Amino acid sequence: MSSDATVTPVTGGFWEDTGKRGIASWIFSTDHKRIGLLYLYSVLGFFLVGVFLGVLIRLELMAPGPTIMTAKTYNAVFTVHGVVMIFLFIIPGIPASFGNLVMPIQIGARDVAFPRLNLLSWWLYAIGAVIVLTSLFTGGGAPDTGWTFYVPFSARTGTNVSLAVFGVFVLGFSSILTGVNFVTTIHRLRAEGMNWGRLPLFVWSLYATAWVQILATPIVAITLLMVIAERTLGVGLFDPSRGGDPVMYQHLFWIYSHPAVYIMILPAMGVISEVIPVFSRKPIFGYKMIAVSSVAIAAAGSVVWGHHMFTSGMSDTAVMVFSFLTFVVAIPSAIKVFNWVSTLYRGSISLEAPMLFALSFILLFSIGGLSGLILGAAATDIHVHDTHFVVGHFHYVMFGGTGFAFFAAAHYWLPKFYGRRYKEKPAIVAWALMFVGFNVMYFTMQVLGMKGMPRRYFDYLPEFARLNFVATVGSWILVTGLIIMLVNLWRGLLKGEPFEGNPWGGASLEWITATPPPTENFEEDPVVTHGPYDFKRAGEP
Amino acid sequence: MSHLLPRDDVGAKLGMWLFLFTELLLFGGLFILYAVYLARYPHEFSAGGHELNVVMGTTNTVVLLTSSLLAAMAVTAIKTGKPKSTVALLLGTIGCAGIFLVIKYFEWSAKFAHGIYPGSPRLVHGPPGESVFFSLYFLTTGLHGIHVVVGGALLTWIGTKVGKGSLTAENNVMLENGTLYWHLVDLVWIFIFPLYYLIL
Repeated sequence: MSSDATVTPVTGGFWEDTGKRGIASWIFSTDHKRIGLLYLYSVLGFFLVGVFLGVLIRLELMAPGPTIMTAKTYNAVFTVHGVVMIFLFIIPGIPASFGNLVMPIQIGARDVAFPRLNLLSWWLYAIGAVIVLTSLFTGGGAPDTGWTFYVPFSARTGTNVSLAVFGVFVLGFSSILTGVNFVTTIHRLRAEGMNWGRLPLFVWSLYATAWVQILATPIVAITLLMVIAERTLGVGLFDPSRGGDPVMYQHLFWIYSHPAVYIMILPAMGVISEVIPVFSRKPIFGYKMIAVSSVAIAAAGSVVWGHHMFTSGMSDTAVMVFSFLTFVVAIPSAIKVFNWVSTLYRGSISLEAPMLFALSFILLFSIGGLSGLILGAAATDIHVHDTHFVVGHFHYVMFGGTGFAFFAAAHYWLPKFYGRRYKEKPAIVAWALMFVGFNVMYFTMQVLGMKGMPRRYFDYLPEFARLNFVATVGSWILVTGLIIMLVNLWRGLLKGEPFEGNPWGGASLEWITATPPPTENFEEDPVVTHGPYDFKRAGEP
Repeated sequence: MSHLLPRDDVGAKLGMWLFLFTELLLFGGLFILYAVYLARYPHEFSAGGHELNVVMGTTNTVVLLTSSLLAAMAVTAIKTGKPKSTVALLLGTIGCAGIFLVIKYFEWSAKFAHGIYPGSPRLVHGPPGESVFFSLYFLTTGLHGIHVVVGGALLTWIGTKVGKGSLTAENNVMLENGTLYWHLVDLVWIFIFPLYYLIL
C-alpha cells in the first residue's frame, strides 16, 4: 500500500495485489482499474495512428495537386483516419478508459457490476480492432468510402469494406456491453449514502452515455450487417434499380451515428464538470441542471439525425423538424457552459494543467457548438454542406472538446493511479502549443469551408493554397505539443515526484482512498455523508 | 475478481433486460425498413406475402410458443427444487428449437427451388418491390434463425450446469436470464409472423 520513492516505477495498491503475473495479470484481469488502463493504452495507441494519418492528410493538402500520395491513397487515408479516430479512439475513449478507472471508485463500489463482462468488452474491442486493421492490408486494400460507408459506393467499391464493416460491428458489441455494465453498476452498486443527488457529475454523464450506447448502437449494427449482406449476397435493399433506397441507409446510419456524437462528448463534459469546481475551489454551480442536461442531451440528441441529410433528399417538413430539434439540443449544451462559467465566477482559480485543458475545452467546444448551429439551420447548411467548414466544426467539438477533455482527465486522474506525477511546466508548454496549433489548423479550415473548399477532395483551386499551407503548419505545432505532453506524462508517471493524498482538494470518493487505490478500491466500504463538490465538509476531519 | 462482490440477482436481471433492449432494437432496424418499403410497394408486398407458406409459419409459431411455455416451466421447476424435471423441460425447449429450424429449412428450400433467394435472376429482373420484400424476409428470418441457434446453445449450456448441480433452487439467476433470452427469441417471431404471413 506504500507509495515510497524507490526507483521502481509504480508500486502499491492494485499494481501489486494480483494472483497472476506478467501480461496475463492485465489481459485476463477483471479489476476495473486494470481494464481501464488496458483501454487507455489501447485507445491512445490508435489515437497516435489516427494522428499520423491526419498529419499525412494535411501534408497532402499543403499545396495544390499531388504532394506526397496518389488520389486513391488519399481516399484510403482519410477513410482510415476517420474509422480509427471514431470507432477505435473517441467512442471507447473516455467512457471505457477513465470511466472504468474512476467511476466505480466515485460511487464507492468495489468493482463494476459484471467484472468478467467488462473484460469481455475489452477483448471484443481488441478483436474488432484487429479485424479493422486486417482489412487495411488484405483483400482489395484499405476502404476508400469515408468512415460513413455510404451506399451505393460502399456496396460496389472493390476495396475491403466488408471486413472493415464487420470489425466495426464487433466494436459496437463491445460498446453495448460497456453500456449495460455501467447502467447496472450505477443502479446497483452505489455505496451507502451515495444517492442520485450525490453522484459526481462525471458519473451522471457516463450514465446518460451508457443509455445512448445501449439504445443507439444496435441500429448501426443491423445497418452494417445489411451492407455486408448487400456486398456478399446482393440483397439489393439499398439498390434503386431493385427498389431499394440509398437514403434509407443514411437514415439508419445516422440514427446511430448522431447519438454516437453524444457518446463521444457527454463523458468529456463530465470530466470538465469534475475539474472546474476542484480548481476553482468552489462547489459546482447548478449541479442539478448539469446532471439533468446530460440526460436531456442524450434524449434530444437521439432525434436529430436528419440534420446530416439536408442535401440528401428529404421533405421540407422533415428538414424543418430536424432543424428545430437540432436547435433544441443546443439548450442543454449551453446550460452546461453557463454553469461552468458561473462556477468560475469569484472562484479561487488555480491554473494548473488539468484546469488549462478544461478551460480551453469550454472555449473550443463553444466555437464548435456554435458553428454546429450554422450547419443545423437548413438555409446556411446548404451552402457549407460537405465543405471544410464541416471538418473544422466537428474537429472543434471532437478534438477541441473530447480530445482536450481526455487530456484534462489524464492530467487530473492518472497521478492518482500511478502515485507519481508529471512536471507542471512542460505540461503547460505542451498545452499552449496544442491550443495554438489546434486553432491555427481548424479555424483556418472553417474559413476555407466558408470560401467553398469541399471536404474529402484530393486537389483544390489555387486560391485556397495559402490558407491550406497555414492549416498544415498548424498541424505541426499541434503535434509538437502533443509529443511534449505524452513524453512528459509518460516520464512523470513512471519516474516523477511522488503523488500523495489529495493535493487538489477534491471532494469525491476517489480522493479519500489510498494512492494508488487498492484492488477493491477501499479498505472498507465507504459511507457517503456529503456531496461530491462539498469541499467545506470534505475538508473537515 | 467477481467473487469479491456479493451476489446480486436483481443486478444480473437488470443487465439482461438492458441487453434484451439492444436485441429488440437490432430487429427494429429491419422493421423500420419493412414499414417504409411496405408503404412504397403495397402491391408487391401483398403478392410476396401470399407466396409464403402460412401452414408452416403457423406450425412454427405454435412450436415456439410451446418452447417458451416449457422454458417458463423449467424456471418454476428449479425454484421448487426439481433439477431433474428442469433438465427435462429444457431438453423439451431445445427440441422445439430444433423442430423450428427444420421447418424453416424446408420453407427456405422451397423458396430456393422456386428461384427466390437474394440476388436470384427472378428477383433481380422482377418488379423492384418483390426483390425488396424477399430480401427483407430472408434477412429478418435469417437473423431470427441465428438467434434461435444462439438461444438453443445457451439453454444447452445452462442445462448441463443444472445437471451438474451448479445451478440450484437458491442460485438460479443464470437459468432465469437464459429463459428471458429465449422468450425474446419467441417474442420477435410473434412480430415477424403476422407481418410477413398474415396481414399482407
